[in-house]
Amino acid sequence: MDMKSLYLTVPLAPLVGAALAGFTCRVAPRWFSAGVTILGVAISLVASLLVLQDVLAGHTFYGNLYTWATSGNYTFSVGFQIDTLTAMMMCVVTSVSLLVHIYTIGYMSDDDGFRRFFSYISLFTFSMLMLVMSNNFLQLFFGWEAVGLVSYLLIGFYMNRDTAIFANLKAFLVNRVGDFGFILGIGLVLAYFGTLDYKTVFDAAPSLADKTINLVGSAEWSLMTVTCICLFIGAMGKSAQVPLHVWLPDSMEGPTPISALIHAATMVTAGIFMVARCSPLFNLSPTALSFVLIIGATTALFMGFLGMIQNDIKRIVAYSTLSQLGYMTVALGVAAYPIAIFHLMTHAFFKALLFLGAGSVIIGMHHDQDIRNMGGLWKYMPITWITTLIGSLSLIAFPFFSGFYSKDSIIEAVHFSNIPGSGYALFAVTASVFVTTYYTFRSYFIVFHGPERWNDAAHVAAAHAHDDHAHDAQDAHGHDDHGHEEHHHGLQPGDKPHESPWVVTFPLIMLAIPSVIIGYFAIDPMLYGSFFDGVIAVNKGMPVMANMEEEFHGPLAMAIHSIQTVPFWLMMAGIVVTYYFYMVKPSIPDALAKKFSGIYKLMDNKYYFDAFNMAVFAGGARKLGAFLNRFGEATIIDGFFVNGSAKLVGVVAGIVRHFQTGYLYQYAFTMIIGVFALLTLWFFTT
Amino acid sequence: MNPYVLDLITASPEVLVLAMGCLILILDLFVKDPSHTSTFVLTMLTLVGAAILTLFTSTGEVVYAFNGLYVDDLMGDLLKLVLYLTAIVTLFYARPYILQRPDLRRGEFYVLMLFATLGMMVMISANHLLTIYLGIELLSLSVYALVAMNRDSVASTEAAMKYFVLGALASGLLLYGMSMIYGATGTLSIPEISDALVANASNPTILIFGLVFIVSGLAFKLGVVPFHMWVPDVYQGAPTAITMLIGGAPKLAAFAITMRLLVSGLLLLAPDWQGMLLILAVLSLAIGNLAAIPQTNIKRMLAYSTISHMGFVLLGIVVGVVGGDARFALNAYSSSMFYVVSYVMMSVAAFGVIILLSRAGFEADRIDDFKGLNKRSPWFAAVMMMIMFSMAGVPFFIGFFAKFSILQAVVASGQIGLAIYAVLMSLIGAFYYLRIVKVMYFDEPIDESPIVAPMDMRVLLSINGLAIALFGLFPQTIMSLCAFSLLRSL
Repeated sequence: MDMKSLYLTVPLAPLVGAALAGFTCRVAPRWFSAGVTILGVAISLVASLLVLQDVLAGHTFYGNLYTWATSGNYTFSVGFQIDTLTAMMMCVVTSVSLLVHIYTIGYMSDDDGFRRFFSYISLFTFSMLMLVMSNNFLQLFFGWEAVGLVSYLLIGFYMNRDTAIFANLKAFLVNRVGDFGFILGIGLVLAYFGTLDYKTVFDAAPSLADKTINLVGSAEWSLMTVTCICLFIGAMGKSAQVPLHVWLPDSMEGPTPISALIHAATMVTAGIFMVARCSPLFNLSPTALSFVLIIGATTALFMGFLGMIQNDIKRIVAYSTLSQLGYMTVALGVAAYPIAIFHLMTHAFFKALLFLGAGSVIIGMHHDQDIRNMGGLWKYMPITWITTLIGSLSLIAFPFFSGFYSKDSIIEAVHFSNIPGSGYALFAVTASVFVTTYYTFRSYFIVFHGPERWNDAAHVAAAHAHDDHAHDAQDAHGHDDHGHEEHHHGLQPGDKPHESPWVVTFPLIMLAIPSVIIGYFAIDPMLYGSFFDGVIAVNKGMPVMANMEEEFHGPLAMAIHSIQTVPFWLMMAGIVVTYYFYMVKPSIPDALAKKFSGIYKLMDNKYYFDAFNMAVFAGGARKLGAFLNRFGEATIIDGFFVNGSAKLVGVVAGIVRHFQTGYLYQYAFTMIIGVFALLTLWFFTT
Repeated sequence: MNPYVLDLITASPEVLVLAMGCLILILDLFVKDPSHTSTFVLTMLTLVGAAILTLFTSTGEVVYAFNGLYVDDLMGDLLKLVLYLTAIVTLFYARPYILQRPDLRRGEFYVLMLFATLGMMVMISANHLLTIYLGIELLSLSVYALVAMNRDSVASTEAAMKYFVLGALASGLLLYGMSMIYGATGTLSIPEISDALVANASNPTILIFGLVFIVSGLAFKLGVVPFHMWVPDVYQGAPTAITMLIGGAPKLAAFAITMRLLVSGLLLLAPDWQGMLLILAVLSLAIGNLAAIPQTNIKRMLAYSTISHMGFVLLGIVVGVVGGDARFALNAYSSSMFYVVSYVMMSVAAFGVIILLSRAGFEADRIDDFKGLNKRSPWFAAVMMMIMFSMAGVPFFIGFFAKFSILQAVVASGQIGLAIYAVLMSLIGAFYYLRIVKVMYFDEPIDESPIVAPMDMRVLLSINGLAIALFGLFPQTIMSLCAFSLLRSL
């Protein structure tokens, strides 16, 4: 098979699966929907692995397959760019997607939307693959919007639930803000480069490095800075960076497999991928990189804080995702693009593992998501317990685990950087290590160890409900911690949690393996080898990668050396503190919360981002809309233009009608007048 | 061979229709059958025979006969074929209508139809001012009689009277104009008039004087403002089957004589007659569309709609010659021809639906009679919707491409303002077409009685409606025929 057909197979196999499952979703048996989509994604995974092997053998591809439109001097094509970055993303996307497909069989087994769900996730896989394989900005944008669409559909998967609809609308609107920036960026590229093809744009970029444009008045702005910041605003929306992060915690309204695949492992990393892909542009603008760095550092630290006080098992992982995305963005900000991609890959595996583990716990707890009702689960769910522990250790960057290599490299990279904002970023990412460990192990200890709290779950559920109402009172749109009440079944008295079926535990085991080892084996080639040569541009002004290479003496040495570093001891401190707080003296956290009630309240309200957005943006937009409706629509458009012109036409028509009197002599007279008028006109004007 | 025989061969379609008309008139005296089926069949056969003769005598070249009184060219052949088809369809639609009405159920109906057709054929093939006049009078006299056929109906008689008096006035104007042209050029033959103009051997004052009268006479035949006053009254007063005849085929003949008189004969005066027609077109577009809005009678509404459609046809003729440059002429004239053909197709179909809903003692000619048609017959509601959409110029029906090609020609001539004006007027026009669609689909029916119509009419009307949609998707077939025939004729 020639390579082009192989490339085409990768995105088309899931698309065919999605179409077959989607169009038959009312009639086909369940095994068909699941089987056909899993087969599609499996074919895609095998093809991706073949492509990776081929790329590692040195065969890259850059070319157009189909001309989509030609408009004036512009040609828009569908094409692929196949290189190491693409091939790696393809393998990550298809492998995690395949495991999530399998997991879904177990997780969604008693859901009415089973077939619809399979169709959606296969469609997502297609869209994400189109996004990463693209060789131009337009196709990137297509994939970008398509994954956004599927994300929107899946957040609102339980469409009878108000909270789900609220959450998907929120995700949709917030992403529009990001996409507005993104499309402005693409527009700038098209305007100044005359094409959207990556290669042409990146080759021409250095010649436009010093170009300035006038945005407002006569102030000169660097074209590269404006373009990169616009593109990055798109990434902020998709990859949930402050202040456009607000949709991601709410996206947990979707089913858990989706939280794992879309809102943790793949889609939300599209922004990171895009910036890495556009590294030749970002390298030309230190200002834009500083902007990226500061946004990323803020997200990494402050979103981590919020994870420390959550009680919903999925929300804890969601805030952790925000924080980890912040880490990746920081890596981009210091121009260490390979490290960002490296962390993207390791994070995809361990975060998918943690989400699917959380999903397994939720199944075991009969769809109760409140960690305060759990405890001591290790006895009942051994596989989930072990795999979650592996994922947690990887997340907190315990030496030798995958997360350690990627996250420590990021901290190291910030250390070597000296662009504006790097000091703040170094503090943020270092402090985050403790925060990460705290929320990860807090959740771990409460869920898997300690007393078995589900026996008095009824009591806690009542308290929980009460808590919710209190929440409602203080937050008019408090939709956050409740909403899953409808399926808040919980365990019946006397029931015990049980381990999930093999379709659920098998993906956990499969994901646990790369969560442990992939960092160890991949760090050398990906960061310091030739893996990304010629794919990701090296920033000549910021020799972060080069400096790190000098310090790097192999993965083993790196792990051993880490014992002498601050992050390692912060992490150990985190484990000890959480153990003491939640296993030894559980009264301390409550006491602390009371003592620092101001800070607690600030964090409980998520820094008031939601309240601010609801009041200012949503409220303002509605007020503006109401005003325009009243004044613009009712008075000017309807009143003046529509009704006014209709009235005018009516009046004129009424007058014209009266000429038709029915009297023959008047008709004849009109004709004579007509002749007379024409005669007059022609004899007196010419 | 004797040249006289050759002439007869060239004009054989006309000869056939004339002979058959006379023959049927006599034969019908012996028909006892009150439904006159044999007369109907003979009339149909005559039209089919004329179509076959027209096809067989068509050489693709311009052939003159009877010392230049008559011309046979591709434009004439194409228009005649459309004319036969329209006449056949009109007869099919009209037959159930006249069978239900004893006053109309007479053999003369078919004979008058044939003579009217013959008149139009003569107009289409006229190459001489007298031939044009002969054709016009043959058509007009037949139609006057047809309108008046329902002798006991006050409305029909009044309409016929108005039509006759005003028609006589218009004929007078036309004849007077022709005499002026004769006075200025010394000839009545259209090609010789053209030659005389080129030779610059004529008196311009008299020419312009004659031109005004000729344009006025033509405007009456086309029914454009301010020579349109007869249109609404006659459309409403005449029996629907006759209205269908008046509203359809004669527009083809009027277009033909406009082309022959103005384009073939008086092309050198184009700046003058284009200016006159422009005024008429602009007025027609406005008055036709505006006056159609308050109408409650659908026949009257369609009458005003005809006025605005003819305004559009004139637009195409107006923009043929730009500043002495005739490069765009072919495109513009073929747009007009396409418009006329598509208009005839839509107009016949619209009256066909009115006849479909009518029955003995009941004329479905009020807009209210269309209320809730969707509940009574979803299919014919859909057919009527297609017709209305097409007339309003909704893509992708044939009416859209007709308007589109005219507008394209207008824009190509550089008169953007005129194009915008035409679009605005069509926009206003869309209102009353869409109102029909609205009452059909969203109002409750007033009249619940089942639709009585023979199967042949139902099938033909369905084909007619589908043709409007189909040629909307493939307008190029008709368009290229129009352009080709004009290219080979002018």
